[in-house]
Amino acid sequence: MDSKTPVENLYSIEPALSSSSRRSNFSAHSKSVGRSSIREVSFSDLGPKPVKYGSRGAESETYNMSQKEINDEDARLVQINDPVKTNERFEFAGNSIRTGKYSVLTFLPRNLFEQFHRVAYIYFLVIAVLNQLPQLAVFGRFASILPLAIVLLVTAVKDAYEDYRRHRADKIENNRLASVLVNHEFQQKKWKDIQVGEIIKIHANETIPCDIVLLSTCDPTGVAYVQTINLDGESNLKTRYAKQETLLKIPEKENVSGLIKCEKPNRNIYGFQANMEVDGKRVSLGPSNIILRGCELKNTTWAIGVAVYAGRETKAMLNNSGAPSKRSRLETHMNLEIIFLSLFLTALCTVVSVCAAVWLRRHRDELDYLPFYRRKDFYEEEEDNYNYYGWGLEIVFTFLMSVIVFQIMIPISLYISMELVRVGQAYFMIRDTQMYDEPSDSRFQCRALNINEDLGQIKYVFSDKTGTLTENKMEFQCASVWGVDYNSGKGSSQDQKDGYFVEVDGKILRPKMVVKTDPELLQFARSGKDTKEGSHVHDFFLALAACNTIVPLIVDTPDPTLKLIDYQGESPDEQALVYAAAAYGYMLIERTSGHIVIDIQGERQRFNVLGLHEFDSDRKRMSVILGLPNKSVKVFVKGADTTMFGVTDRSLNTSIIRATEAHLHSYSSIGLRTLVIGMRELSTSEFEEWHSAFEVASNALMGRARLLRKVATNIESNLRILGASGIEDKLQEGVPEAIESLRTAGIKVWVLTGDKQETAISIGYSSKLLTSKMTQIIVNRNSKESCRKSLEDAIIMSKKLTTMSGNTNDTGRTLGASLTPVALIIDGTSLVYILDCELEEMLFELACNCSVVLCCRVAPLQKAGIVALVKKRTSDMTLAIGDGANDVSMIQMADVGVGISGQEGRQAVMASDFAMGQFRFLVTLLLVHGHWNYQRMGYMILYNFYKNAVFVLVLFWYVLFTCFTLSTAINEWSSVLYSVIYTSVPTIVVGILDKDLNRRTLLKYPQLYGAGHREECYNKRLFWITMIDTVWQSAVIFFIPLLAYGGSTIDASSIGDLWTLAVVILVNLHLAMDVICWNWITHAAIWGSIVATVICVIIIDAIPSLVGYWAIFQIARTGLFWLCLLSIIVAALIPRFVVKVLYQFYTPCDVQIAREAEKFQPRSESAAVEVEMNPILNQPRP
Amino acid sequence: MSSNTPSSSAGGVGSADSSAPRRNSKRPKYSKFTQQELPACKPILTPRWVISAFILVSIVFIPIGVVSLFASQDVVEIIDRYETECVPQDFRNNKVSFIQSDANKTCTRRLTVTKRMKQPIYVYYQLDNFYQNHRRYVKSRSDSQLKDNSSWNDVSSCKPEDDSNGQPIVPCGLIAWSLFNDTYNFSLNNQQLAVNKTEISWKSDRDSKFGNDVFPRNFQNGTLIGGKSLDPTVPLSEQEDLIVWMRTAALPTFRKLYGKIERDLQPNEVIHVTLENNYNTYSFNGKKKLVLSTTSWLGGKNDFLGIAYLTVGGLCFFLALSFTVVYLVKPRRLGDPSYLSWNRNPGGQ
Repeated sequence: MDSKTPVENLYSIEPALSSSSRRSNFSAHSKSVGRSSIREVSFSDLGPKPVKYGSRGAESETYNMSQKEINDEDARLVQINDPVKTNERFEFAGNSIRTGKYSVLTFLPRNLFEQFHRVAYIYFLVIAVLNQLPQLAVFGRFASILPLAIVLLVTAVKDAYEDYRRHRADKIENNRLASVLVNHEFQQKKWKDIQVGEIIKIHANETIPCDIVLLSTCDPTGVAYVQTINLDGESNLKTRYAKQETLLKIPEKENVSGLIKCEKPNRNIYGFQANMEVDGKRVSLGPSNIILRGCELKNTTWAIGVAVYAGRETKAMLNNSGAPSKRSRLETHMNLEIIFLSLFLTALCTVVSVCAAVWLRRHRDELDYLPFYRRKDFYEEEEDNYNYYGWGLEIVFTFLMSVIVFQIMIPISLYISMELVRVGQAYFMIRDTQMYDEPSDSRFQCRALNINEDLGQIKYVFSDKTGTLTENKMEFQCASVWGVDYNSGKGSSQDQKDGYFVEVDGKILRPKMVVKTDPELLQFARSGKDTKEGSHVHDFFLALAACNTIVPLIVDTPDPTLKLIDYQGESPDEQALVYAAAAYGYMLIERTSGHIVIDIQGERQRFNVLGLHEFDSDRKRMSVILGLPNKSVKVFVKGADTTMFGVTDRSLNTSIIRATEAHLHSYSSIGLRTLVIGMRELSTSEFEEWHSAFEVASNALMGRARLLRKVATNIESNLRILGASGIEDKLQEGVPEAIESLRTAGIKVWVLTGDKQETAISIGYSSKLLTSKMTQIIVNRNSKESCRKSLEDAIIMSKKLTTMSGNTNDTGRTLGASLTPVALIIDGTSLVYILDCELEEMLFELACNCSVVLCCRVAPLQKAGIVALVKKRTSDMTLAIGDGANDVSMIQMADVGVGISGQEGRQAVMASDFAMGQFRFLVTLLLVHGHWNYQRMGYMILYNFYKNAVFVLVLFWYVLFTCFTLSTAINEWSSVLYSVIYTSVPTIVVGILDKDLNRRTLLKYPQLYGAGHREECYNKRLFWITMIDTVWQSAVIFFIPLLAYGGSTIDASSIGDLWTLAVVILVNLHLAMDVICWNWITHAAIWGSIVATVICVIIIDAIPSLVGYWAIFQIARTGLFWLCLLSIIVAALIPRFVVKVLYQFYTPCDVQIAREAEKFQPRSESAAVEVEMNPILNQPRP
Repeated sequence: MSSNTPSSSAGGVGSADSSAPRRNSKRPKYSKFTQQELPACKPILTPRWVISAFILVSIVFIPIGVVSLFASQDVVEIIDRYETECVPQDFRNNKVSFIQSDANKTCTRRLTVTKRMKQPIYVYYQLDNFYQNHRRYVKSRSDSQLKDNSSWNDVSSCKPEDDSNGQPIVPCGLIAWSLFNDTYNFSLNNQQLAVNKTEISWKSDRDSKFGNDVFPRNFQNGTLIGGKSLDPTVPLSEQEDLIVWMRTAALPTFRKLYGKIERDLQPNEVIHVTLENNYNTYSFNGKKKLVLSTTSWLGGKNDFLGIAYLTVGGLCFFLALSFTVVYLVKPRRLGDPSYLSWNRNPGGQ
């Protein structure tokens, strides 16, 4: 990033306000250095010098990489302002983008190719192809490919529509305009025409058309602010820098030229390596010099840059990939059942072909003359065999033909039905008003469309804390200044209503957020720094206002006299602190590269920022070195208590330190996040020493981050503790109730947080995760052996507690009372030793005994590790919910990942399967939608197996009466339409709309969620029962007409029509019998498809060229037909009905009882439920 | 089956109106449909419903069963199996050679009427073990040729009886080729008993499936004669035996209508049947029967359906009774929360 600024008259300090021209400070001698996470500073006699900012997150490893030369072959060479020469080999993409997958030409082949990735489709394709062989032609050409064609068509239409929308979006995007330098003049050009190497000018609030390297900005120091919300969803402003060497060039006037050598396009949005040759100098470029496509320029009037990556090679486009696809557990189970079905299919086919073999062998002498076989064609010259290929081959053909005839045993329609049902379920989830988050105006989002039903079987919920359980809206609550605790909860004076404001030129400037203040502290703050307390308070708030990286933004309001200050920054804690400082009269007004302006009690003061050591996770603190108006230099430090007390001057004010420590303890025990603020005044020699060290460190080529950290550590020592702040991370609304519900539902909630133990425990209490009845087991060790030991102890203890309750269980009466729930609290350091080694097993055993697990101080990867720990050892479903980038790994690891679209950006949402606005929606999502979806999908799969198997079995029985020759009485069109038209719609409708229980009941009795845990809706037993029922039903369908019409004049087409209608009506009535919730759509679907079937059968039988012409009319005229139909339906359904009634009456499942209660319990009781549930459901949000 | 329970709008209503002021809000629009709260009926199988359903079924089924049985009993059927009897004693060991020989195949049978038979009396022939539903067989026909004179040479699907001597056969295919060719002549008291052989086929077939301008051509001209020859001067739409035959039977045992006797027959009347035993069922051990049968509203003589109805009705009655007993002995209050699993064994969740 960083070019060096010249250092002239280095160490003299001038009052900040005297500077007039900053530009004159620059000269051109710069050397390139790598990225670092430090702001460097230099200053001169003329005033404050610009401060350079590094990008956050740069680590020493990547730093070292940036030192490597980019190999020529791995590099892309960009001639600045010379797109033709840049791209003379036409190897770089233009800036037009195409997110659409297909073009008109490629749609068909590509879409088909993608669809055939499913094994099931291949199966049906193979069968359709087999059917095309003349020897095996069971169905007509067209009829055989129709089902597959319909399935492919439906999917293709869906894909095409989605793609069309993408194309349309692309078109809009490609036709946006940007100013591009053409012939020394900026002209409007469409985005798609922008080429690599061109110079582009971007104005405020414009979107960046491609990845550009900054050349210059309106800011004399080359700073540009960008918002990356489209890229990573973070709404705060990020700073980017133009290089000194190019800063002064004005492309309109002079010929800007140069060469940028950068890496090949890649998808790392946080990394960029390049160097630039301008005017014969080599400058290195880092991620802070590039602005990526999709970002917006903010707070900067204009910026000029050169395009380096365009179109599909931009980092934004390279990152444009969907959520990873997961497969639902139900579907995995279903695949096992499909294997059973295929074995069954094979068995049927084997039976048929063996029988055929025996028959052929027995009649081998007669085949030539049998009137219905006639092997020989006597009219040919040499009496050839006609359509007969020898005994062996005939058997093979019979086998293959039976596969073709019985193909729908494997339900092709199930796949497409499941897809449609999931879309429908997602539609309802998205539109649920109870999962709409008002403040963020966000709906529920279904990002993964294939795991809806998994939501009904979640056993473990892993939750992040900050931003998930809590709002991540930090609120300054109390402060301890100089050993005195000011707790603003005590009183609230009237004048706080509007908060603090200042008036400038008749305009009122007010912070955007109002913070409640403590009157006593406010008094001290107003009293000025004359008193002793006053001066401490002054330093404290000065530290709060200055020691941060917040950028103040002035926002206009409709009222012209009122302006709001919005503090933009990357850390919500810092925002809270700055707002608090503003409320106490220390309002941060302006932050530029070299100075900050703070309005202190109505008086504007300017401070030179001489240096800034950014926060890093090792030091856990940050510091800023300020040149005060009175020419003294102070270093202000703020950081976590663990590291701050280590660097304080213990000899000073021991009592104050102790008091502060006590306050910190009490703050964190009520769940506040604490920060300690310290300060030290620097003498001139100290400052000079630091400055030279800082310069050296910033200029270092190798290990710069490490050196800078060392410099920071040196200066951050012997601090005087000013005080501490307590920031409340407010619990989201409804979280305790939600956790309660989930726990009652039998879901284990584990909280994984980066917070410290006390904070985590206190949040645990306030969210009702922990209760006073629980025994807490705390594991925080820092060696493997001690971890092992404490785990062993903990297991023994938890066992004791659980077996104790077990004993009382046996003796009887006093059941629930003696059950001691155990809570496990474990910290990240212990997890380091436990995860990925043999201790994992012990931890899992322990965790299983505990009803609550709370992990604190865990790193992102450890979160994933914990999820994996559970996932590996149980077959239970896991769900991870989180909102931040640190939760991404956990979200992707869990079976179901839920993202909270909250404050911390959108990475979590991007990685998630479902996204929502609030934690409490999880209750609705799991207990209501999850339960419904699971029940619906489970039933739908079973039903689809059943309905196809019934049909296949009817065909099979008939084959036994046709010499095993696979002829069917049911005509081929009905066979084909069976799963496409006759029976498909009702199952989809029921799969989307059926409700076993009301939303209210499900929320009232969270235990009902256990149905999913116990796999009540889809399991092996149900599958086999259904299959036995299937055999019975198919036998009834087949044999009643067979016996009733036995030895009569009945012809094949007529009895075929009877069978067709019987099967269709039966399977639809079977469904009707199992539907729980009948609304008009269900009625329409079920009765409608019976009517549709009748119409189809009539149409088919009205075609004279088909064999079955008029058969339905002939047979429907007879009473026997109707009596057969009636007896089939009743006889076929009786066993199922009886079993169902007995089961429901004598071993009712919870769902059944609740359903009855829903219907028979007096209304008043359910009204009470409504009241009770209201706080969770729709409490009006503040 | 149950009362309509429009689910009350539990949560949606309360929050529906609060969003009004916000423009372009993404708030989902509230409707009963999107909140899945459409008015719905949720039937529950209460004992009363179950028992009533069973009783209803038995009330419907038992009378139907009785009526069906009676109908079936009313039907008078005379069945005469003749395929063995009509082969001279010498040929009984080698029936196939007899049937393929040119010997006289006339045969006389005596049928005694057991009960009064009301007209019309249907004359059927019944074949056994003849797989008219065999895949090779059912495929071997050309519907377009039968229908339309212009496509008389459309015989591609008719193998192996597609053409003979280089000329297409009309009607082609195995089915037509194997047309049944036994003939029956009935006489009662030495008087010819007229058999009406018109309108024995479906009218729809005569009108739409078999063309009145399609004449048999080159039929049964090959080396192997399968069955009956057709009069080349009569159009196919009037060849009713063929039309009946071409409606291939569903099962290997089947009857085909031969004709109708349009007069009543009294008990103990003796009918003499002179039949030409031409059709070769011997090569596949098929039986041939001549059937004279009256008909009822239910069709022919078949007790199965009546028995089935009585069985199902009786079973349902039995089920209704036993459920009643069971419910009385061991009742359960529906919807009683104390049956919920977590209430039965507290703390056991």
